[in-house]
Formats: sequence, structure tokens, C-alpha cells
Amino acid sequence: MTTATLRAPATPRRRSRSTIAPLEFTRKRWLQAIIAFNFVFLYFPIVALIAFSFNDSKRNITWQGFTFKYYDKAFHNPALHDAALNTLIIAVVSTVVSTILGAMIGLALQRFKFPMKGLYDGLIYLPIVIPEICLAIAMLAFFNAIHMDLGLASVIISHIAFSFPFVAVIVRSRMSGFDMSLEEASRDLGANDWQTFWNVTFPYMVPGVVAGSLLAMTLSLDDFVITFFTSGPGSTTFPVKIYSMVRFSVTPEVNAASSVLIALTLTLTIGAMLIQSRSTKKMNANG
Amino acid sequence: MEDWRKNKRVFGILFLPPTFWLVFFFTFPLAIIWVYSFGHRGPLGQMEVTLSFEGYVQAMDWTILYIIVKSIWIAAIATAICLLLGFPLAMGIAFAPARYKNVLLLLVILPFWTNLLIRTYAWIAVLRTNGYVNGFLGWVYGLLDGFFGFLGAPDALGGFEPLQLLYNRRAVIVGIVYVNLPFLVLPLYATLEKLDKSFLEASLDLGAGQWRTLFSVTVPLAWPGIVTGLLLTFILALGSYLTPDLLGGPDSIMIANLIQQQFGPARNWPLGSALSFILMYVTFLCLWLKAMAAQREGGVSY
Repeated sequence: MTTATLRAPATPRRRSRSTIAPLEFTRKRWLQAIIAFNFVFLYFPIVALIAFSFNDSKRNITWQGFTFKYYDKAFHNPALHDAALNTLIIAVVSTVVSTILGAMIGLALQRFKFPMKGLYDGLIYLPIVIPEICLAIAMLAFFNAIHMDLGLASVIISHIAFSFPFVAVIVRSRMSGFDMSLEEASRDLGANDWQTFWNVTFPYMVPGVVAGSLLAMTLSLDDFVITFFTSGPGSTTFPVKIYSMVRFSVTPEVNAASSVLIALTLTLTIGAMLIQSRSTKKMNANG
Repeated sequence: MEDWRKNKRVFGILFLPPTFWLVFFFTFPLAIIWVYSFGHRGPLGQMEVTLSFEGYVQAMDWTILYIIVKSIWIAAIATAICLLLGFPLAMGIAFAPARYKNVLLLLVILPFWTNLLIRTYAWIAVLRTNGYVNGFLGWVYGLLDGFFGFLGAPDALGGFEPLQLLYNRRAVIVGIVYVNLPFLVLPLYATLEKLDKSFLEASLDLGAGQWRTLFSVTVPLAWPGIVTGLLLTFILALGSYLTPDLLGGPDSIMIANLIQQQFGPARNWPLGSALSFILMYVTFLCLWLKAMAAQREGGVSY
């Protein structure tokens, strides 16, 4: 009885809710179904991979209970240790150099006019757009031609080559909002070029530089194809090591190692995004 | 913008080191490959720098041409499937209430930040003989079998045979769609979002149905974005190396794997270099088409 009387007034409201405005596509059931399918498609493999890294079973398909033992195993695998160390060294050096080079050229492209700038613009985008495999074999042929042994150095050089243009693009777009009259004011007040750069220009650049460096770091940590072709026996990285493990067999240990890498990249990328969005918010707030 | 001559010192400091890197560690390696593509393969597989079109002629050989055409075909199908999945998704996000938009967008981008290798590897676990899909099918099969047994006809279905889902062309297409879907959804979303919705409302008010509005108003208006997204996805799909390598079988290798083989076991660097430049020329062609499409829309570019 009470439920019936309580429900009665709710009916018209529900009806008004169910009349869907013509452009409210998201409330159409079939579109919701397609969107849901998309998200299941996008997430199921990764979620399953992470979930089964905690599964207490070698066979990987049925749930046998929660365990950390594969993480323990992965952390104590000396080959993975070496690979992780290599990855870290490569990522840090590549990030530092790419950030410096990228910030320099980003600033130069934003600030200066020079002959054949259109061509140079195209050239700097080239590492971003050409297929990875082409760059990978080009680097391989290059190191072969100059008789340089494949190792950490060759991987680092290649990583810088494809990372710093990304930094340049980000820094350039950050600097496009910079008010040049601030620099003029600084010079008028007696600061020299160097002081002006450090005290006026650079502080404005920082969010772009940080976001760019985090992107460069992610690119370096995640890269497989180019590293695969330019690394030698002693310079295996984490993704390359995972690749050789995957070729061998699918084990929860690989899942555990992969999950660690996922967590690391996600943290870095979300960090980069937060920094960028905060700096744009600040920019908007300042007018 | 300042002219570089006005401040040569600063310009030099900023410009020269990155340019040195770009020229010496990027342009120069590509130039080497370009020269090699006109080279000649010695009897022991060594590289002899000459001026011959051997590599390109070999690339036109039927077996190689077949793989090139097949790669283009795989990339095209994968791109088409991406459009079929991605268009409704982009449409849904673009017309979603404002408070859900960013969350939905983030959900689309999130998987794309995880490592390419790991995303591809995740599909092995899904598709392999004792993977999730076959596990699910086996479970459904078991239920059906029990049901038929209950009806008094045990073994009416025969034994369960796991499907061979991995190491074939279909698996490669699924993998490529999975990896590249966000690259199509994002440009599509950006265009649909900017669309003036009053055109759609006008069309609906004037009596056109939803489908007619979609194909006569929305799609033509969003066309530059659709073309951009399709070409971007196609370029990335065509250059896939890891997906065919891990999910494909011997019949589903693509150009990138072929290039790798020429530099690895086959030791035919001129052919590998020629193939790699063919792949780059196709990429440039697509980028040029993309720029054309963007220009027509008045400078929308991604």
C-alpha cells in the first residue's frame, strides 16, 4: 500500500525524464550500448592483465586467490633488475638532454624569424610523424656506418632524437602566450640578457618545460621498437626484456612486471597533465 | 617575432645545438638509408653503395608487393572498424552533458598511455587457446551441454574445440584497432564538439529524421575531422610492427616486419631501405592529404 502511494507521484516525473531531446544522443539506449562496448573493449585486456598479476595460479585464466608472489618474483629477477636499471639510466639521461634541446629550439622557433623556417618546421615534426620502424632501422644503419657498438649510448642518442621534438612543440606552444613586453621592461630596468632570461622568461617557461620533460620521460620509458633495434646485449631495457619474456611464454610474472610499468607511466603522464592544466588555469586567471 | 640577424648570439646559442642533433642524429641516419635504398646487395649480404634501383625493383616483386598490398588492406580495414566504433563514441562524448565530457575523454585516452607492448601482450592473454574468450565460450558451451544432457541428449554438441583466435590476420586487425582507436576518436571528438548544433536542430525541425540528419548534415560538416582522423589512424596502422609481430602468424606480416627481416635474418639492406622509404612516402602522402583536408576547413589542424 505505502509503496504504491509513494510510487504514484514518481510516474509522471519518470515519464518526463524518458522523453529524450533530439540531440541527447547519450541517452539513447543503443548509443549507450555502443559506448559501453567501446569501453569494455578498451579496458578489458588491461584490467584483466593487472588483475591476473595478483592471481595465485600459473594457468592465469581462473581466479585462485590473491597473491603478491609474482611481484616478489619479478622484483627478485636479476635480469629484470638489470633491465629496469638500464631503462632508468636511459630515461634520465635522455629526458635531461631532450628537455634542454627541446626547450632551446622551442624558444628559438617561437621567437625568431629565419630563412627557410617553414622547411625547418617540417623537419622538426619529422621525428614525430615518421613510422617508428623507419627511424629504428635508420639509427641501426647509422651506428653500423660509424662503427659504433650498440649499447646504452646508442639507445640514449636515438631516444633523444625522437623525444626532443615533442618537448619543442610543448615549449613552443607554452611560449606563444608569453608577453614580450615583460622582457623589454626587464631590460629597461637594467637587467642584462642572462638575468632577463632567468628571472623573467624562464619562470614563465617552467610549466611547459616540466610537462615536456615528463612526456620525454614517458616516451623513453615506453619505447620498444627503436630500443629493440638500437640496443646491444648489455643494454636491454624493461620493455625489451618483457618482449623476450612474452615471446617465451605468458606468465603472471610478466603481468606483474607489466603492471609496474603501467603504474609508472600513468603516474608520470597524469602528473604532466595536472601541471599543464594548472598552468593554463593560472594563465586564464591572470587574464 | 624577431629577425635572427638582430640577435645573432642568442639565436646561435638556442638554435645550433638542437639543430646539430637533428641533422647529425636524425637527418643523417635517414640520408644513409636513402642512399642504401639505391645500393646493391653483395653475394654475402653485405652492403655495396652504388646507384641501382635493385631495391625498388625487388620491392615490386610479386611476393613483396603482395605483402605491401596486404598491409595497406589490413590498415584500411582496421581504420574502417575504428571509424565504425569510434564515430558513435565521439558523437556520444561530444553530445554528452558537460560534466561527463572530460571524464569520458580521459577514459578514452587512459589506455593509450599504457605501453604499446603491454597493450598488445594483453590481447595474447585474451585470444590464446586457453585465453579469456575461449574460456568464456567453453563455459557457455558447458552450460549448453548440461542443458542438452538434461533434455536427454548428452553429447549433442560434440566436444568443445577452442577457437584458433590468435596468430592470424583477424587477431592483427583486432590489435591494430585496439591500439589506434583513440587516435581516431580524439580528432573526431574535436570536430563534433565544435559543430554548430543549431544546424542539426534546424534539420530535425524541418522534418528530416535522425539518420538523414546524420548523413546530410553532421557527416558533411564533420568531414575534415573525419578525414584527419582516418588518415592519422591509417598512417599509424600501416607502420605497425609490434602488433603483427606478436599477434600475427606467418601469413599476416606487414611492411614493418618485412623491413625488419631485411635488416635481420634476410640481410638485404637495399630492399629494406627501399621498403622503408616506400613506407615513408606513403606516410607523407597521407599527411599531405590531411593538410589539404585541414586547409579546406580553414586551418583546423591537429
